[in-house]
Amino acid sequence: MRTPTFLLICLVIAAVVFTGSLAVGNDYVFFAGYVVLQYVVLSTAWNILGGYCGYVNFGTAAFFALGAYSTVAIYKLTTGDDSYSISIPIPVLMLVGGAVSGVVGFGMGYLTLRLRGAFFSIATLALAVVLETLVVNWDYVGGSRGAYVIRPEEIALIGNYIRYLFLIMMLLAVAAITVARLIEHSRLGYGFATIRDDELAAEACGVPTLRLKLIATTISGALMGMAGAPFPYYISYLQPDSTFALDYAVNSIAMPLIGGTTSWVGPLIGTLLLGSLQQIATVTISSAVNLLLVGCLLVAFVIVAPNGIIGLVHTYLQRKPEEFVGRRRVDADAPEAVP
Amino acid sequence: MIFSFDLLINAVISGILIGGFYAAVTSGVSLAFGILDIVNIAHPAFIILGSYVAYIVNATFGLDPILTAIVAIPPFYVLGAGIYQVYYVSFEKRGQESLRGLAFFFGLLFITEVSLVLYFGVDYRYVDAAYIGPTWHLADVDVPLRILVPCIVSLLMIAVLQLILTRTFIGRAIMAVAQDQLALRLMAVDPVRIKRIAFGISIATASLAGAFLIIIQPVEPSVGREYIGRVFAICVLGGMGSLPGTVIAAMLIGIVESLTSTFYGPSWAPAVSFGFLLLTLAVRPAGLLGR
Amino acid sequence: MNGAMNSAMANTDLLQVDNLGKRFGGFVALENISLSVAAGERLGLIGPNGSGKSTLVNCICGTLRNEQGAVRFNGRQLDGLASHQRTRLGLARSFQLPRPFVSMSLIDNIRIPLLYTVAARGTGRSAQDIDTRCADLLHEVGLEEKARHLPRDLTQVEMRKLELARAMASEPKLLIADEAMAGLTHSEIEEILALLVRLNEQGVTIVLIEHIMRAVMSFSRRLVVLVSGRKIADGQPDDVMRDPEVERAYLG
Repeated sequence: MRTPTFLLICLVIAAVVFTGSLAVGNDYVFFAGYVVLQYVVLSTAWNILGGYCGYVNFGTAAFFALGAYSTVAIYKLTTGDDSYSISIPIPVLMLVGGAVSGVVGFGMGYLTLRLRGAFFSIATLALAVVLETLVVNWDYVGGSRGAYVIRPEEIALIGNYIRYLFLIMMLLAVAAITVARLIEHSRLGYGFATIRDDELAAEACGVPTLRLKLIATTISGALMGMAGAPFPYYISYLQPDSTFALDYAVNSIAMPLIGGTTSWVGPLIGTLLLGSLQQIATVTISSAVNLLLVGCLLVAFVIVAPNGIIGLVHTYLQRKPEEFVGRRRVDADAPEAVP
Repeated sequence: MIFSFDLLINAVISGILIGGFYAAVTSGVSLAFGILDIVNIAHPAFIILGSYVAYIVNATFGLDPILTAIVAIPPFYVLGAGIYQVYYVSFEKRGQESLRGLAFFFGLLFITEVSLVLYFGVDYRYVDAAYIGPTWHLADVDVPLRILVPCIVSLLMIAVLQLILTRTFIGRAIMAVAQDQLALRLMAVDPVRIKRIAFGISIATASLAGAFLIIIQPVEPSVGREYIGRVFAICVLGGMGSLPGTVIAAMLIGIVESLTSTFYGPSWAPAVSFGFLLLTLAVRPAGLLGR
Repeated sequence: MNGAMNSAMANTDLLQVDNLGKRFGGFVALENISLSVAAGERLGLIGPNGSGKSTLVNCICGTLRNEQGAVRFNGRQLDGLASHQRTRLGLARSFQLPRPFVSMSLIDNIRIPLLYTVAARGTGRSAQDIDTRCADLLHEVGLEEKARHLPRDLTQVEMRKLELARAMASEPKLLIADEAMAGLTHSEIEEILALLVRLNEQGVTIVLIEHIMRAVMSFSRRLVVLVSGRKIADGQPDDVMRDPEVERAYLG
């Protein structure tokens, strides 16, 4: 399927989902849905570096928070007292958040991607804490007290502002999935897979592994930052310890591993399943049980079903339980994603 | 920032003492990651588990936490051996340890932490012992016993570990398994068994480290998270698997953290070890084969 | 080789290794290795286990960094160039222990060098061409029937063939075959040898690292012997084998 067709189908589905949610008549659908869509972006982004290249990023929260705090900084800059206030549209904030996170992702990758995967992963942990400490000590964005961002009540044509946020996040989710799929089907996707399988052999075949890893880290980080940019508007009160929580990491890792890491479909399935489960658990039991659930499912799947739900489906359909869903030819008209 | 010599000396001493404790905390990771190449990021969670074990026994029976921890060593060892067995069968054997092995330990971290939250709640817990209250005043230096005692016992523990690694057959086999599994096999020693023993020892140290922790400060489940970066920073700085190196690195980080906290405020302290880690990794000799 | 011959060969030397040295901590793996390979040559590299043959290959190809000495390929200094850059210049190698990409089919394994090395040289091939080329390469090593299989379905022998085919896919000027024939049967060895000879006739310079003396002797036009990280002989195969030092290394 050509990319433009895929994109069209996704947008149609998105339109259907949005209209359907409007029809429900209860805005809670949008609140809950926003979180799930946010995780679609985060887990798809994580998977580009983790599933495709095999480098585990524990610092999802760091990149997410960079996007969120970029928004806060811009908000503070553009909202003085009532005498002046410029409202920067969310898509612009997303681009800024994405740019900031992308740059940091690149920088961190440059420092640590020459080393073994394990060191990279540990470094990502470190990054999250260093960033959190910086934010906590930066009073401009509220420091440890947190930051308030006033969410507008309504927006033209759509009504309640939360619907607008939901719509934006849905579009971002579509974009993320499209990017992931595009990568998969391009030469870049092959390159990423060789990095995951055997970096030494990849280099011997002419694959510029460091460059590709940097590309993956940058795209992954940028997407996470874009997911974080609208968050202050969603939550209205942004606190460092919840924004930088390790919970983002465990979710963005569990969802692709449960769904299946080898294709864009995996993170989507994993997020929809796990995300919905979590929403139910949080409402019916408690949010602590929520995390326990994620942890247990993660461990269970990783031991018993290493290829995730995609893998289980394949085994059930009695195809070979290949790691990589039957690779197709490089799409002749797909743009060369790598110089 | 008021600079006074008193403050400086106290900060440094404090750092050294805490460093001793940090070394004990890291010793398990030095063993697992430095020597066996197992990235057990759940280690801090097991330490917290050790803290809670010490807490329960202390609260119920009034038993000294360190003694409790020593008694708890066998069960922690068994836990470690069991975890390694699962890790080996599911990941090492299949060659999947980089992605899925890491995710496995990450999951364990969460399961352990959240289970503790569900069982004990998020209140801070602490223990009672004779040496927790008093502070020695030596000249201008204040030495709180609740930090001194764990520090001393930590260093003792590390000394014992080092003796085991260098003087006993099992210990040397552990050092060897990191380098040449084939040679071990030729000597009719099962590398998997050796690694299982080593990992068991690694988790056993968590029992003691946990007791030390709850002596030094009150504990609640998420306290472990601060230590994730800290232990890996110390392990890497200390040269990966060298226990003496771990002690030096631990004290270094302890001192820098203490100085930062004293002169710049405690809110900057978490960034110290993590910053160190990033710095070390960035400056460290590069290369995929370099180790 | 003496100085006069060296300068005479200098112009046609494809690969030049000058005083290469490599240590691992205190252990000296390679010391003062100098050798040249002329374009179109068939060079054999032999030596006891642990003599440093694979280390030398790793240094030449950029997998390891040598502390001393220099490597020149096609007149160009390789110092500081990453492994993939060297491959793109035309230097290819197969690994002693095969390292296939386990999550991809055989044909996709072959595709990688075509996508990343050949394409990088700017020869703009269509997807169709690439597919055909992959199939051809698999056919040359007799693996076309298993094109869609995963490496784990292969026998040891087939893995070695895949390893060679993948190295060939990058269209190298010089191919280093690192113990590609270990464990093969007589006829399989003949197959691989014929393949390498064919390649050489097409203009690819070949360095053959082997333990199987029969193969090395019949294939090589020149023989280099490495013992304990030092080069102890370099010349015509028959002369080299009669060299007393070489005899001692293998028999004494």
